[in-house]
Amino acid sequence: MKSAVITFPGSNCDRDMHVALTKFGFKNKMVWHNDNELPKSDLVVLPGGFSYGDYLRCGSMASKSKIMQSVINFAKSGGLVMGICNGFQILVESGLVPGILLRNKYLEFICKNIFVKIDNKDNPYFKNLDKEVFELHIAHNEGNYFCTNDQLKEIEDNNQVAIYYCNDNGKTEEKYNPNGSLKNIAGIFNKEKNVLGMMPHPERMIDQSLSGEDGSLFFKNLINNIK
Amino acid sequence: MKVSAIITLKKDVLDPQGKVIHQTLDGMGFKDVNEVRQGKYFEIDVKENDPKKAQKIVEDMCNKLLANLVIENYKIIEIQ
Repeated sequence: MKSAVITFPGSNCDRDMHVALTKFGFKNKMVWHNDNELPKSDLVVLPGGFSYGDYLRCGSMASKSKIMQSVINFAKSGGLVMGICNGFQILVESGLVPGILLRNKYLEFICKNIFVKIDNKDNPYFKNLDKEVFELHIAHNEGNYFCTNDQLKEIEDNNQVAIYYCNDNGKTEEKYNPNGSLKNIAGIFNKEKNVLGMMPHPERMIDQSLSGEDGSLFFKNLINNIK
Repeated sequence: MKVSAIITLKKDVLDPQGKVIHQTLDGMGFKDVNEVRQGKYFEIDVKENDPKKAQKIVEDMCNKLLANLVIENYKIIEIQ
């Protein structure tokens, strides 16, 4: 299985994502934002970081970079595109998934492990996962998901919420919401569910001795789903 | 021509920075404040001498990059 990770100026989780994808069997290529064409890929990943210094709005400049037209075409043709953290911000700014990520409610950069609930498994990313609550890592200043009421209705009607912030028992209450995001939303799909944007970093949870293994479960499952 | 545009958050969008500024002003003794909303201001010098055309160009920029219309409104406030 082939994957591509896009490096934007200011990306800093691109190498971690490469390590994670490679560890679980992907043949990964790094792609520079100024390239025009994507290599042949089964999965394209927009990594975390601070593309263009988070100027203007996070992800807004990166969403206009050269490679993004190919990424948008790839997504529109049904290809799997996953954006993590700043990658999620780039996805919303490019219009591939609805909404936007605002500044965290309490104006703090949040860097910690959190729990997320994954109960929406009718999609290529989470199909066949046999657990619902995952411990993952977040590190962001703008993760406060927001969309209009009309967009929210559409998102809920189409079952597009991918993951919710919750506690270790899977309770998705407001007090387990780290950043003020609407309805505890931590990640969403596009309508067709081939594009996934999420704030938590699965690539940071792939080593028992360093962090945890819940990211490993995600990547192992993902490559099996794509095969 | 120089075109000035301001971008503001829509009414129903939470503005935590505005809130903190409001609280700080309150702490400094400015007690007459109802609300503070923070926005962005752009001055763009375009290679176009027709004011209407210049405005159109900057509006296009606002729609495509400078503002995110999910949460923000823009207004051209000056053309000179």
